Amino acid sequence: MRGAAAVRDPGRAAAAGLPIEGMVAPMGVMKRVTMVFRAKANKALDRMEDPRETLDYSYQTQLELLQKVRRGVADVATSRKRVELQINQLQGQADKLDRQARDALGAGREDLAREALTRKAGLQGQLVDLQGNYEQLQKEEEQLGQAAQRLQTKVDAFRTRKETIKATYTAAEAQTRINEAFAGISEEMGDVGLAIQRAEDKTAQMRARAGALDELMASGALEDMVGGPHDDIQAELDRMGAGQGVDHELERMKAEIAQSAPRQLEGAQPGSADGASADATATAADPAEAGEPE
Amino acid sequence: MIVRILGEGQLEVPDSTVERLNELDRALETAVERGDEAAFEPALAALLATVRQVGSPVQADDLRPSELIVPQSDATMTEVRRLLTDEGLIPG
Repeated sequence: MRGAAAVRDPGRAAAAGLPIEGMVAPMGVMKRVTMVFRAKANKALDRMEDPRETLDYSYQTQLELLQKVRRGVADVATSRKRVELQINQLQGQADKLDRQARDALGAGREDLAREALTRKAGLQGQLVDLQGNYEQLQKEEEQLGQAAQRLQTKVDAFRTRKETIKATYTAAEAQTRINEAFAGISEEMGDVGLAIQRAEDKTAQMRARAGALDELMASGALEDMVGGPHDDIQAELDRMGAGQGVDHELERMKAEIAQSAPRQLEGAQPGSADGASADATATAADPAEAGEPE
Repeated sequence: MIVRILGEGQLEVPDSTVERLNELDRALETAVERGDEAAFEPALAALLATVRQVGSPVQADDLRPSELIVPQSDATMTEVRRLLTDEGLIPG
């Protein structure tokens, strides 16, 4: 008897995924959605005693919804900007790893370069995800903004209509006209309400993800991975750089000493000074090798 | 006749296209009833494409209600099911 039950309550049967058997004329999704919207508008109308009272009350509700949808647009924009900030941060770190890889390669350290590029690849995955989030939020913001615009126009039209109805008709006469205007605006409000809900759901998801990423960044876990204060790749590069600096310094000092020493100890002996300088150049190569810890 | 696409607004469609729209709508309804995800997405896409193709935008300040309402293009089957019962709508 599933068929009979379905006929008595087709809405529920459809919601439960049951086939609607034995229906004379299938109503279709469009008609059924419309009926749900209408039923909701009628319910609200039935609650009002004086139909003209409905107009003012409804107008207030419309203004509140307009506020809500505008806040919704702002919320989505905030989430979008946050994701944008994260994209910039991660991109900055990816660029840095790229530079480090180049520096490392320049210094003949392919192992370090490989490490930097591996980490950069890890970041690229995150970046692609964030880019997807960003585009989704951008689309959501745009759609909600347009919905706000449409509602604003309808609310303005409703206000004009409301004043006309109140000025021209008695309560009894006004009923039909009110019903008509009310059905139209109520449908728009239902639509916008759904759009706000969808946007809220989406931003809540993205916010949770953005929050997790922020925490990861703050905890230093990501910093460790891509190189923050404990950036081992940079430390290695710095060590190599510093090693070269020390070598240059040593070289310079040796040259100075070599120039002055003969004068102090044995008097001017240019040949000897040249020899010391050549020695300094030769030794300079050694600490550079010693600079590599491995 | 006015048709609303949720999240997009209202369109005026010629009465002569109603039979075609109903046919596409029946395919969508069947997919929803059978829980047929594979058929659902193309059915909704086809219905929306036709509505957009035959419809022209209604003036924004027009307060007439729609005769038919189509779910938004990225609607899931679950969302459409909820729209068919009043639990899909925000209270108030």
